[in-house]
Amino acid sequence: MGNIVLKQVVKRFGEAEVIPPLDLEINDGEFVVFVGPSGCGKSTLLRLIAGLEDVTEGTIEIDGKEVTYAPPAQRGLAMVFQSYALYPHMSVRKNIAFPLKMAGVAQEEIDKKVEHAASILNLANYIDKRPGNLSGGQRQRVAIGRAIVREPSAFLFDEPLSNLDASLRVNMRQEITDLHRELDTTMVYVTHDQVEAMTMADKIVVLHAGVIEQVGSPLELYREPRNRFVAGFIGSPKMNFIEGPAAEKHKAHSIGVRPEHFEVVKKGGDFKGVVLSAEHLGSDTFLRVKMDDGQEILARGSGDVVVNYGDTVALKVEGKIYKFDDQGLAI
Amino acid sequence: MATDHSKRLARWMLAPSVVALLIWMIVPLAATIYYSLFRYNIQRPDTFEFWGFKNYSYFVTDPAFWISLMNTSLIVFGVIIISIVGGTLLGILMNKEFYGRGIARLMVIGPFFIMPSVAALIWKHMFMNSENGLFAIMSKLVGAEPILFLNDYPLASIIVIVAWQWLAFATLILLTALQSLDQEQMEAAEMDGASALSRFRYLTVPHLMRPITIIILIETIFLLAIFAEIFVTTSGGPGNASTNLPWIIYKVGRQSFDAGGAAAGGIIAVVFANIFAIILMKVLGKNLDG
Repeated sequence: MGNIVLKQVVKRFGEAEVIPPLDLEINDGEFVVFVGPSGCGKSTLLRLIAGLEDVTEGTIEIDGKEVTYAPPAQRGLAMVFQSYALYPHMSVRKNIAFPLKMAGVAQEEIDKKVEHAASILNLANYIDKRPGNLSGGQRQRVAIGRAIVREPSAFLFDEPLSNLDASLRVNMRQEITDLHRELDTTMVYVTHDQVEAMTMADKIVVLHAGVIEQVGSPLELYREPRNRFVAGFIGSPKMNFIEGPAAEKHKAHSIGVRPEHFEVVKKGGDFKGVVLSAEHLGSDTFLRVKMDDGQEILARGSGDVVVNYGDTVALKVEGKIYKFDDQGLAI
Repeated sequence: MATDHSKRLARWMLAPSVVALLIWMIVPLAATIYYSLFRYNIQRPDTFEFWGFKNYSYFVTDPAFWISLMNTSLIVFGVIIISIVGGTLLGILMNKEFYGRGIARLMVIGPFFIMPSVAALIWKHMFMNSENGLFAIMSKLVGAEPILFLNDYPLASIIVIVAWQWLAFATLILLTALQSLDQEQMEAAEMDGASALSRFRYLTVPHLMRPITIIILIETIFLLAIFAEIFVTTSGGPGNASTNLPWIIYKVGRQSFDAGGAAAGGIIAVVFANIFAIILMKVLGKNLDG
């Protein structure tokens, strides 16, 4: 079980309202990702669920039980911190055993569970080392191991991959996804990286200034963004927003086209402009194009498009055009 | 900095200061050893003669010597225990947010900036005086007989006075150490179900072991040589009740004018301090490496 329900949760730090009234339901076994730019309140929201911050107003329920004022340890959750927060004076074995020891579990039971966690996460080779002697990825595994042994009803991850280098991040991303499949436990994951959100989540919660902008599966958010913020945040590279006459033609205040939905054509096309830069990656070509009215567009062409700086190109839209009104809401 | 050339150069560059330090240390030590082997009373220079180890045997057989060794150790241990236990508690308190924390921190650290003789006089006259001292007034308020601290508990009183000064030092060091304790670790432990006491035991205490070791080593150096506090309060008495090693050397040298005896006492103090240091490093040294 791992069902988390937030009802009208508000968090204020003094005068500042970090999270205005917010409702959210996380279902058992789901992999939910909170994503948003830094300072959007996603970490605060996670800490409210964990019980590391007090809720100002509203209620939090876990598995149907109200835990709004319960201390962290009694919520049955485990958390992996951004800094891993390993205990530096204990070996890996003792780090993983710590929550069990605190719960008063018998030593044999502890040994068995630690061995099990270590084998799942390939920790056996350095189980007696201290965290200071481990690499970033190994520390990350130890932190996850410490969370696993408690058999929590849900895992909370607070930007766990942000201290790893790019290639390791991709590996760990995969490992966490595999782990989720294996354990089938609710996971709540906070990140500012929309790629992590897209690749890992069952359900993405996009946050902006403490407000939930949209909740949905990765493809839902990609295909049907509710407003300009979500449209711009989900997808990489970012969606292009075009205003002025081109938008008015579609009866919108602004229109959005994803870079991958352009096609570079010889003649005609919907937009025309001068190439500011062309990045030839082999598989793709990214073109930064400046239109006659001064607006810039990023377009992704196929790898065999040959254009250079200063060339004039025409772009044809081969995909959806997103339309937004003057409030930024999707039409 | 690893080629042979640079290493050789480094040795040459270091040589002058090594030599200077060696002379700085060797000359007084040699002079002390030299005088400790002679009968040498400053008031009667005519009796100057070679005595071998007689000065040492006189010094060691003085009943006050063993008492002074005991008292020296008691001062060191007593002050270290009080300053570390008290410093940890005060450090934790000062690390919490409360109104007026800045001023409170300053006041806690204050005693360290007061000169030892002044601190001892403050305690002697303002707190421990049996007529007008604060403690005497408090005793009278509850109808009890004032305690004669410096007469009845001379060594304990001196330990309290010295500990008062070093408590500030320990608090300062431990407070800065507590500030560097990772809060995410604390939160992780909280989520792991560790009570406040367990968090203190499994996270705070191990984190403080290194600063505590440093406090012990630094305080030991200074506490072995406590003198001013005894000088202005008990003068080592009553009897030898508050006599420590520096005081007994002072007595031999300046009150009996026995330079040879005092030199022998000085050498014994050096040996004693080294034994102390070796034991400390054996017991605590491992806390200092990573």
